[in-house]
Amino acid sequence: MTLAEGVWHQIFSFENYGELLALVRNSLVVGAALGLVGGLAGVFVIMRDLPFAVHGISELSFAGASAALLLGTNIVAGSIVGSLLAAGAIGLLGARARDRNSAIGILMPFGLGLGVLFLALYKGRAANKFGLLTGQIVAVDTPQMTWLLGTSALVLIALAVIWRPLTFASADPDVAAARGVPVRGLSFAFMIVLGLTVALSVQVVGALLVLTLVVTPAAAAARVTASPVLLPLLSVAFAVLSIEGGILLALGSSIPISPYVTTISFTVYGLCRLAGAYRTRRWGDRRTVPRPA
Amino acid sequence: MRRPAPAAIPRARQGGDQAAGEGSGAVISLRGAELSYGTRVVWQGLDLDVRPGEFLAVLGPNGSGKTSFVRALLGRQPLSAGTLTVLGGPAREAGRHLGYVPQQAELSAQALIRARDLVRFGIDGHRFGLRPRSGAVRRRVDEILASVGASAYADVPLGMLSGGERQRVRIGQALATDPRILLCDEPLLSLDLNHQRAVTELVDARRRSHGTSVVFVTHEINPVLGLVDRVLYLAPGGHRIGAPEEVLTSQSLSELYGTRVDVLRVQGRVVVVGAPDGPASPPHHTHETAHQAVPQTEEVRP
Repeated sequence: MTLAEGVWHQIFSFENYGELLALVRNSLVVGAALGLVGGLAGVFVIMRDLPFAVHGISELSFAGASAALLLGTNIVAGSIVGSLLAAGAIGLLGARARDRNSAIGILMPFGLGLGVLFLALYKGRAANKFGLLTGQIVAVDTPQMTWLLGTSALVLIALAVIWRPLTFASADPDVAAARGVPVRGLSFAFMIVLGLTVALSVQVVGALLVLTLVVTPAAAAARVTASPVLLPLLSVAFAVLSIEGGILLALGSSIPISPYVTTISFTVYGLCRLAGAYRTRRWGDRRTVPRPA
Repeated sequence: MRRPAPAAIPRARQGGDQAAGEGSGAVISLRGAELSYGTRVVWQGLDLDVRPGEFLAVLGPNGSGKTSFVRALLGRQPLSAGTLTVLGGPAREAGRHLGYVPQQAELSAQALIRARDLVRFGIDGHRFGLRPRSGAVRRRVDEILASVGASAYADVPLGMLSGGERQRVRIGQALATDPRILLCDEPLLSLDLNHQRAVTELVDARRRSHGTSVVFVTHEINPVLGLVDRVLYLAPGGHRIGAPEEVLTSQSLSELYGTRVDVLRVQGRVVVVGAPDGPASPPHHTHETAHQAVPQTEEVRP
């Protein structure tokens, strides 16, 4: 066996695939929920220009999860607590984009540092530590699944209620405020929703790669449509495709799940960009046609 | 060549019953209104009644409080003293009856919002909860887009529209609720002459067909000079309210600025010479007008 074959076999292996598949049934269910939530929240992350906030929240979420690992309590709960603290702080400190980015830049390394400290103190399995940063698949047991699905449901309901005014406030804040939309309240509410979404994503793709679920699919969808109906649908489809595809490909290999998820997600984005370039040209052509006066 | 005025927004209230309910008949009423930040007084002693169907231009140099005036009318800036009523009540309760065209600004999501979505916000964007897609709302959006001449680019994202196209859509959005007051904040900024004319015609057509009052904040009076009933001129040294020919005179502006200001009238245009950052001075985008077919007199920069 040559070296290349060895590496290939490490990355893609489908031996005993049926038995392995049964092991990750929970993960597949959670993955679908996560794709749904991440794809929807991502639409607003793009609209409100919040990718950096997503990254900042995920580092604090990682700190919360590693604290929970050290204390031997529920990791999902720890991750959620970390996320909410970060999201709340960002929501309160940074109403304006410039303040917000500084606040995130200050919080992020602090969170990462705390996480590293907790992991250094933790004496358990090394795979648990690594998984929080770069993702894991088989880790979802039934109590965790209840937490993850429950939180997803909460996020979905919250998004359904605030969807329309949040879209108005995100896209056109001045006029929304003039029409009596509670722009600041919605901004804070969305940060909390985003915090929960990030905490969920950390469980599967790891803290470093949350952006691949919460930003890339929505950004890809935004390249090919501006329809308020198609945009969230495509974003969800891309997120679910990335995560479920990632889980299925990672199953037989010894490599963490995240490179699979990120590669699918990135490929989808690349394809959408190409399609989007065609779309832009089409609209560009419209301008050369004289408009009726 | 003047284009014909576009059709009025259909299915809207007809003019005539506008003033019902208000004793004074004014849609906007200010008494002794003052706005100050700390010790800095922006404007004070403002007494003003805007009548139904009146076209009020708000002029003044940068920093004279035009934007604060807009924010006060929107109920987003409390007065330091005096009273303000909009449609007989507090300004913040008038939201639905006040169409607002904000200053042009880059929107972070302008690649994700189509012209029709912006108009739709004006109809039901503020409502919480999910609603099934409604054919009635869609038809109303189409009607509004047609009435402002924006049907051709209804499905194009805002980021791909020109400034003039975007401004038409903005006016459509402001008219979506069939408002009784139209509040436009520098709607002509960075538009070329043709688009300036198109935008002012849209606003004026609405005023004539529905008796909608117009508060029009602008740097440049000339594009609307023929339409304006009264001018509110805000300046560091006070303010003046009155017909354009009363307010825009050498004497009154010299008093306001505390320095010699000459107001000239050339071919039906007002040219202000000597005012620091005067409202009739040519805007920074003069080069954009150079290729227009319409002949334009060169204005004198102070």
